[in-house]
Amino acid sequence: MAVDKGIRYGSEGILHRVSVRKVIWRTFIYAVLIIGSAVALFPFVWLVRSSFMQMRQIFILPPEWIPRPFVWQNYIEAMTVVPFGLYFQNTIKIVVGVMCGTLLSSSLSAFSFSRLRWRGRDMIFGMLLTTMMLPYAVTLVPTFILWSRLNLVNTFVPLTLPAWFGPPFYIFLLRQFFMSIPYELDEAAYVDGASPLYVYWRIILPLSKPPLIVVGIFSFLGVWNDLLGPVIYLTNPDKFTVAVGLAQFRGMYSAQWHLLMAASTVVLLPVIVLFFIAQKYFIEGITLTGMKA
Amino acid sequence: MALPAILGFLLWNLLPMLASLVISFTEWSVVSRPKFVGIANFSRMFNHDPLIWKSLYVTAYYTFLSVPLVIISAFLVATLLNQNVRGLPVFRTIFYLPSVVPAVANAVLWLWLFNPDFGLLNTILTNIGFQKSLWIYDEKTVIPSLALMSVWGMGNTMIIFLAGLQGVPRQLYEAAEIDGANFIQRWLYITLPMVSSVIFFNLVMGLIGTFQVFSQAYVMTEGGPNNASLFMVYYLFRNAFQYGRMGYACAIAWTLFVIVLVFTIIVFKTSPAWVYYEGERR
Repeated sequence: MAVDKGIRYGSEGILHRVSVRKVIWRTFIYAVLIIGSAVALFPFVWLVRSSFMQMRQIFILPPEWIPRPFVWQNYIEAMTVVPFGLYFQNTIKIVVGVMCGTLLSSSLSAFSFSRLRWRGRDMIFGMLLTTMMLPYAVTLVPTFILWSRLNLVNTFVPLTLPAWFGPPFYIFLLRQFFMSIPYELDEAAYVDGASPLYVYWRIILPLSKPPLIVVGIFSFLGVWNDLLGPVIYLTNPDKFTVAVGLAQFRGMYSAQWHLLMAASTVVLLPVIVLFFIAQKYFIEGITLTGMKA
Repeated sequence: MALPAILGFLLWNLLPMLASLVISFTEWSVVSRPKFVGIANFSRMFNHDPLIWKSLYVTAYYTFLSVPLVIISAFLVATLLNQNVRGLPVFRTIFYLPSVVPAVANAVLWLWLFNPDFGLLNTILTNIGFQKSLWIYDEKTVIPSLALMSVWGMGNTMIIFLAGLQGVPRQLYEAAEIDGANFIQRWLYITLPMVSSVIFFNLVMGLIGTFQVFSQAYVMTEGGPNNASLFMVYYLFRNAFQYGRMGYACAIAWTLFVIVLVFTIIVFKTSPAWVYYEGERR
């Protein structure tokens, strides 16, 4: 496109200069993206090359980049010594519970904190935020005692149920996004006799796909990588998650790094695929056509 | 409609929070029975524990270095990943990768990068004619090194920005372009104000999260060298689970709580001056 213009209007000077600048600008963007990608790929490449190595080659300094010999066996061994099939199933169950709960409860609450007016709204919102300011380490023991009194330890309930009660981080995130949607849209709907629930479902949510995708990705990853929660609340090996499975390579087999790296790669793949699909929804969500014009 | 959040606060948060506040006035080793000691934990902290001041200093130092670094770089990368370029999905995924690679793998990799003798960072430094650095193995450089490492994990901040950039109406850019605004001007006068509500979010969450930095100290430095990376939550963790001083740990936690709260309130109070909400009722 840019080059095209350059040729066509080449004799006219100004336009030619504009397109040359565009080409330089594009080249610059690609250069930064490619260099940045190389840097960002580093840990991943490191992980994958380690997953094909024998344990002693992983830590050689300076590091070697080509596995010698290539140990495919790591993957087979990693997937069989720990029952990952079962762990995947368990994790999926928790993921579904947490994602549905988080998306629904936090968007509903965020809607109320950003688009509705009620007494004490901002004070209660502030109180929700303070719950994130106390280090996890000190509420850990009281929280555990709470769940064990309720007799719910060794079930998925302590890991999933809180997600249905609006985790403050996501409420805050969605609130910020909801607040940048023009209020005229709500007003128009209310004039037509719509209920707040209608406005929430038909106006705010459809305009908020990118932030909702972010909430989805984060809550998925939160469960996928959470080690502390399952370690504390799940005691029965039948209920373990993939994160616990990964940790087992460090515990019971006294740090089998090559297996850990192979299993980590397998556990990482669904995340990459998911993100690749989800990022497609990062497209302009709101258009002001016909408004304020 | 905020009922779930309020209920959640009452059910899962208020009780443990109050419990930890009560514990901060006791001496408790988790296995024994708690013994009420009044404000002894707090007076000990402020009068007889030089480590708490050290940990407060390194935590603040790290926070004020890391948070701006992460926000600025995440915003720049998000801007790049919002351009109309070929292979965008692949670039976006690659830039997010460091945030999803398992923490263990990341830590081992960084230990090598920082290695003074064989590490990649020193190899680069000597090649471009600088002196070698001891990175996380020197009191003076450990905090800047960890802040550098935190930029690596900016993926989450970046995708929040990326989502924020989608909320900027294209018409504004088109109108500005017709008026002759260049890229920098469009970025300064359209993008920046339109995503200020998201910058605000990332700033507040960055402060709250970074003040509670823990895992880097736990995995990589163990608080060293010479306590130069003894972050508050790591010190708290040691007290709670290694020295069996849960009461003292809770006292540290509540001190940190107040500090974080003060900073958050300051940011909130300044926000009307620099955060723009399209949906604000005027």
